Amino acid sequence: MTALLHVDNISKRFGGFVALDGISLEVRPGERLGLIGPNGSGKSTLVNCICGTLQNESGSVQFDGKPLDGLAAHQRTHRGLARSFQLPRPFHSMSLADNLRIPLLYTVHARMGPLRSAGDLDSRCAELLQMVGLAKKAKQLPRDLTQVEMRKLELARAMAAEPKLLIADESMAGLSHSEIEDILALLKQLNERGITIILIEHIMSAVMSFSQRLAVLVSGKKIADGKPEDVVRNPEVVRAYLGQ
Amino acid sequence: MSATKFSLILIVIGAALLLIAHEINVDYLFFASYTILQFVVLATAWNILGGYCGYVNFGSAAFFALGAYSSVFMYKFFPVPIPVLMLIGAVVSGIVGFGMGYLTLRLRGSFFAIATLALAVVLQTLIVNWDYVGGSRGAYIIHDENIEIGSFSVHYIEYLFALMLALALVALFTARTIERSQLGFGFATIRDDELAAEASGVPTLRLKLIATTLSGAFMGMAGAPFPYYIGYLQPSSAFALDYAVNSIAMPMIGGTTSWIGPLVGAVLLGSAQQYATVTISSAVNLLIVGLMLVAFVIIAPNGLVGLVQERLRARRKT
Repeated sequence: MTALLHVDNISKRFGGFVALDGISLEVRPGERLGLIGPNGSGKSTLVNCICGTLQNESGSVQFDGKPLDGLAAHQRTHRGLARSFQLPRPFHSMSLADNLRIPLLYTVHARMGPLRSAGDLDSRCAELLQMVGLAKKAKQLPRDLTQVEMRKLELARAMAAEPKLLIADESMAGLSHSEIEDILALLKQLNERGITIILIEHIMSAVMSFSQRLAVLVSGKKIADGKPEDVVRNPEVVRAYLGQ
Repeated sequence: MSATKFSLILIVIGAALLLIAHEINVDYLFFASYTILQFVVLATAWNILGGYCGYVNFGSAAFFALGAYSSVFMYKFFPVPIPVLMLIGAVVSGIVGFGMGYLTLRLRGSFFAIATLALAVVLQTLIVNWDYVGGSRGAYIIHDENIEIGSFSVHYIEYLFALMLALALVALFTARTIERSQLGFGFATIRDDELAAEASGVPTLRLKLIATTLSGAFMGMAGAPFPYYIGYLQPSSAFALDYAVNSIAMPMIGGTTSWIGPLVGAVLLGSAQQYATVTISSAVNLLIVGLMLVAFVIIAPNGLVGLVQERLRARRKT
């Protein structure tokens, strides 16, 4: 099967610091990929380059058979790429329902033409909130939410754009054990609906239970890529995490 | 309320104001109301960029002056009726707004504000050195005492008042329409978080350009009749600090998230200034603005509209 996302040898520098050094990565449709690496290894930079928040200096990114290079972030979202942010970034002046309305108005409309009536929009917002268990708080503002609810809102907003690929950037950091289970269940449920997911995470138990494949970044290079059980036993990976 | 209903209400209110003013028929009333209405337009225009998108523009005076000087230019080059001048002002200021947006919108926060301030300084320097429109000496605009519209003969100041009233209503209608449209939602995401907006598929750069163009165009329209109102236009009055400060202070005092805010702020502050000009001195104007701005930033950071909304929300909860 051809890859949904094809990252080919991309590099990114910040001044003299090489954040990404020739990374290549393929993700197949429907796959659950875990992406791990120590702090500062370039995971978020990679996400930013894939999603268009940053532009890579060399190499190219292909999505769904088409190159994404040079496209702005919102254009990539229109193509079917969605992401959640490491630190939740809700639209704080809008209610939860309105937060979800934005991708519906700007991405789903742009993709399929203005098909949805006001009623359709409302019911779709309610449906998404139901999915993440926030239906009762539809009219509240993001500041009234707890940390885990904020992460769920972040995921729901990414899902509202009806993406083919979802990149969840540390959506579980700082959560309790049961809350992690909550988010994991949600992500698996999304994957079962056919959405390809890249999970970036530090919590190993979560990554191991979720991923079908695991890729490891260390100082801007990919040092391992394969079955999770094999990757965690890879001596290079062990060295990167535990030291010599 | 639907847009048609709202526009009908605006037209009725406009007609009523026009009729009342015509019945009272005091020149000073027209003069004072014109100024207040002009500030309603400026505050509403500022709010499209500053309130909805969160980009603070310190260069309102520049857009206003561009509209005014377009009229001076046309007066010398090829005189046309004032409504046409307003359209010309809108086009000129709109284009400059678009250009400014394109050059500066990659800047955020105070950097954007400083860039807009710089634009005002650059434009003022250009005008001061442009002899055709009067340069630093200024330009006289001479018009008849009355204007003939069909078979009616209307006092010129009443004519100007009516035009500014119409423009204010159009500006309010536009602002309210934006607020409730997809565009308004997009603007709000820019104010809240641009990165998240892009990730949700909002073309932020394009929306910001729409906002700077619209905002600039309305400011230019507000400035276009100004030379006819004042009779003698010089750079220091067209680029006056009052315009920049008032355009910011009025929405801030009224509330920036809704179209009502700039209206309330402009009427309140504008009337207070007119009152102070007559009873105390015209120099007190800016002092009043400053004091009210300080007071509101402390007491009601979300403006009067925000204050009322919070009260209502609190009452609903109890």
